[in-house]
Amino acid sequence: MIGISLFAYLVAGIFFIMALRGLSSPETARKGNFLGVLGMLIAGVTTLTEPVIKDYSWIIYGIAIGGIIGTVIAKKVKMTSLPQLVAIFNSLVGLAAVFIAFSAFLLPEAYGIGESGNISVGSLVEMSLGMVIGAVTFTGSVVAFAKLQGLLTGNPIIFPLQQLLNLIFAITIILLLVLFAGNQSGLVFAILALVTLIFGILIIIPIGGADMPVVISMLNSYSGFAAVGVGFTLHNSLLIITGALVGASGAILSYIMCKAMNRSFTSVILGGFGAEAKSANDDDGDEKIAKAGSAEDVAFIMKNSSKVIIVPGYGMAVAQAQHAVREMADLLKKEGVEVKYAIHPVAGRMPGHMNVLLAEANVPYDEVFELEDINSEFSSTDVVCVIGANDVVNPKAKTDEGCAIYGMPVLDVDKAKTVVFIKRSLASGYAGIDNPLFYADKTLMLFGGAKKMTEEINRSMEG
Amino acid sequence: MKGHDVVGNAHGVADMAETLAVNTKVLANDVSMLSSQTQEVVSSGSEFWLLMTIFVLACFVGYYVVWKVTPALHSPLMAVTNAISSVIIVGALIATGPILVTTSKIFGFIAVILSSIAIFGGFVVSHRMLSMFKKKKVR
Repeated sequence: MIGISLFAYLVAGIFFIMALRGLSSPETARKGNFLGVLGMLIAGVTTLTEPVIKDYSWIIYGIAIGGIIGTVIAKKVKMTSLPQLVAIFNSLVGLAAVFIAFSAFLLPEAYGIGESGNISVGSLVEMSLGMVIGAVTFTGSVVAFAKLQGLLTGNPIIFPLQQLLNLIFAITIILLLVLFAGNQSGLVFAILALVTLIFGILIIIPIGGADMPVVISMLNSYSGFAAVGVGFTLHNSLLIITGALVGASGAILSYIMCKAMNRSFTSVILGGFGAEAKSANDDDGDEKIAKAGSAEDVAFIMKNSSKVIIVPGYGMAVAQAQHAVREMADLLKKEGVEVKYAIHPVAGRMPGHMNVLLAEANVPYDEVFELEDINSEFSSTDVVCVIGANDVVNPKAKTDEGCAIYGMPVLDVDKAKTVVFIKRSLASGYAGIDNPLFYADKTLMLFGGAKKMTEEINRSMEG
Repeated sequence: MKGHDVVGNAHGVADMAETLAVNTKVLANDVSMLSSQTQEVVSSGSEFWLLMTIFVLACFVGYYVVWKVTPALHSPLMAVTNAISSVIIVGALIATGPILVTTSKIFGFIAVILSSIAIFGGFVVSHRMLSMFKKKKVR
């Protein structure tokens, strides 16, 4: 019996690996997702056949309640709110890990790790590590959610001696953990949980809104390591395998996001980005004049070009202009113009966010290109149309060593023959840095909301 | 007289042999207990390292598999990882299983609900995203 369930867990683990493997291409991804569901089903059914499980009614109710809530949320959520959704799901996994660790402590017999009051030191350490990581994931993700949703200010929340306070909390957590492993007191375990929950809040509040893509990825990886902690406690290989996969995934995504913003991981964790950028606002003193154009001009230029690259930014998504942009691309294609989309890794609010937003507007994915794949094409492009983006196309990142985004990889739109910006104003972006491209001779500024202006361009192209 | 001595000595030897046998038995018991204890220590230690081996190897698998994921699908990746890390529901099910209603069972029940939300939500939303990704229409 034990042999069979171990084998089933192995199969489930392989299915999870294949689910991730499927995501290497949109063609295989849906099949991969199905394998993931299958793996979960195998894991669940295998566990339900364990002799410890005698009462099924609560389990069925629990899965039904959770399943309905999860499905409804997932069906209703707007694609612009995806980061919030992922933050919520991360927090749920973290909180579940906390509850499971407490269950294991209260009823170790069910998990086969000794009896109450006589749990081995190894198991105690494993369950408290699982609990600690879960608790940090939970409150950290709740704070990240509140920041993304605008319930909390996106600005970093900083107060004096913050790092020292965090250090004190970290040391307290370690001491409580050692104490708990020694005396296995329930009270110490509860205090440990409480202190860790507060610690989770403290480490996320100093991180600014611009760094949220890194934070969500990081919390995603924590949720995986919480599963690993629970897996070690329960001596369950499937939990360890899956947790390691998720942990690796989150870590790689945070690395990619850091790279894309040219931020070091430590500086993200220490926080404060956004506040320092305010002072980076430089003024050269000389009057700079941006050339403002009209929708008709832009429509005329684009119609008569042979290649157009569209650079969408988060401003486009906020204005809900995706569909209008796709219509614009369709009209251009009808005129025989080659149209491509160029996406910067941090164009959205989480990894791959912009790709989903474009896909939702029926933009075919084979017209959408990542930075490294399209950057060499700008020099052979007639018109680049930048919609609601700024920092990710700022040439200062390549030239101005003093500016906050220096070294950040940017889209080389300045190499194109003509650059069109659809933007509300000349205001600087998230990083608070002026963009010299606005004042270049080849640039045409189209001032206005992304949706309204794109629709105007479409009208004059049709007319 | 001599015969008597021999018999007496034989008795003594027999007694000594018996004591020796008892002592050996006690010693054997001690040794076997000690060895079983050592085995327990060794096996719990080796189990930890077995799990650690699985963990480290799985990290490597994750590393190579995730780098192969196309950047366009990083959002669905996060939703799928949300769903699969909720496999900790396994631990929650075990806590909810016993008939006796205890704090442990109630905690397990809450954890079943929480992880079910993430499982269903994660898979459904990633399916929603993935069905949006379409190729250029060939007309």
